[in-house]
Amino acid sequence: MAQTSLQKRHSDLAESNRQLEILSGGIFANGELETFKSKISQTNQFPLKAKKLEILQINVGYMCNQVCEHCHVDAGPDRKEIMTKETMQECIEVIKNTGAHTLDLTGGAPEMNPNFRWFVEKASKAGIKDFIVRSNLTIIRANKKYYDLPDFFKKHNIHVISSMPHWTRGKTDKQRGDGVFDKSIKALQELNERGYGMPGSDLRLDLVYNPSGAFLPGDQAAMEKDFKKALLEDFNIRFHNLFAITNLPIARFLDYLVASENYEDYMYALVDAYNPAAVENVMCTNTLSISWDGYLFDCDFNQMLELPVNSKAKHISQYNEELLEGRNIVISQHCYGCTAGSGSSCQGTVA
Amino acid sequence: MSNYYDDKDLRKFGKITEWNEELGNKFFDYYSEVFKEGALTAREKSLIALAVAHTEQCPYCIDAYTKDGLQKAITKEEMMEAIHVGAAIKSGATLVHGVQMMNKVNKLDL
Repeated sequence: MAQTSLQKRHSDLAESNRQLEILSGGIFANGELETFKSKISQTNQFPLKAKKLEILQINVGYMCNQVCEHCHVDAGPDRKEIMTKETMQECIEVIKNTGAHTLDLTGGAPEMNPNFRWFVEKASKAGIKDFIVRSNLTIIRANKKYYDLPDFFKKHNIHVISSMPHWTRGKTDKQRGDGVFDKSIKALQELNERGYGMPGSDLRLDLVYNPSGAFLPGDQAAMEKDFKKALLEDFNIRFHNLFAITNLPIARFLDYLVASENYEDYMYALVDAYNPAAVENVMCTNTLSISWDGYLFDCDFNQMLELPVNSKAKHISQYNEELLEGRNIVISQHCYGCTAGSGSSCQGTVA
Repeated sequence: MSNYYDDKDLRKFGKITEWNEELGNKFFDYYSEVFKEGALTAREKSLIALAVAHTEQCPYCIDAYTKDGLQKAITKEEMMEAIHVGAAIKSGATLVHGVQMMNKVNKLDL
């Protein structure tokens, strides 16, 4: 497992420009593989355009208690980018007036933002239908001050979505760090005790699977069946749905692909698995991502690549849903990650 | 040609249809049909394919079904056990011919 973020290591891949250079150079520059723009142009899907906003995703900071090998955020304990209460207040105003039905809080570990609970309490009163917190599970067991998070989530009817790369200790700890599996199991059991993830329960608990290496995820429905069977038999754990998410070739996962000489094969695999039907429903067309400092992006990945929205409204202070609808989505070759096979989004497959 | 096997050639497998479209397409249709979920799960089929890939000693197939196994969240322990099944059948198939040798010896020897 990585010990520190790329930023802390002063890796040149900590710079988004260097990542974009890699994604546009080599096999894409010499024509060996088609660029994403050229590929979607073949089916008249260029330019990709934003439809009606459905999901507002807010990244409240890059600080995290884990340093996962594949993290597209390059998150970790050494990251200091944290959303301030002032920006949160601006977000609350937006949430009160948005037409989106889903609010999705992410990070880092969103719970590590010192104003996380204040923000959740305020936001939960805004009448959003589905309020998601992406919790990495281990945070619940990381420190006493987080032990009551399952109760806090329940009180505010939070939809918990958590990462779980495998139902075995070995594969989980290899990707996410030693001890992550045992803590995650304990956290899932605690969520189950509060009613989360139980059959028929309104307290939604979904898991996210993303591959622990340079390969694409398998069929989401089949994986869900395997995860459910194993977690129930081995640990008496229940959950609602499994979202199979493709790792996008940016940040730490890109660093891993390049260092392990898997980059070209991985890009080939993504391009070979390209599915125009997935382009139709790709998440950037119904999602807006807000960064810790209030800037607007088409998705969390573009946020990390510092590719801002193509709109006059670039910051939460200029937020205007009518202006943002119909904007051209900013693309590069990382977008192949969302259009491979059955497609990939923060809510799992899309095709 | 510097090598008989080049891992990049696996990407060109689909091109075999270019020299005989009808038979090539029939093969690929059959192939994809075989691996669909049926009485056996896609996961079980992947493990069988991995074991056979080894007994056939096909480098392309080994690469393909190792990757396919990872994609299906098959563990390395499961993969290795599957290969041992293939190896056991291979060695068993060799050894069972020992009976033929014994028969022949018994017939020819005084």
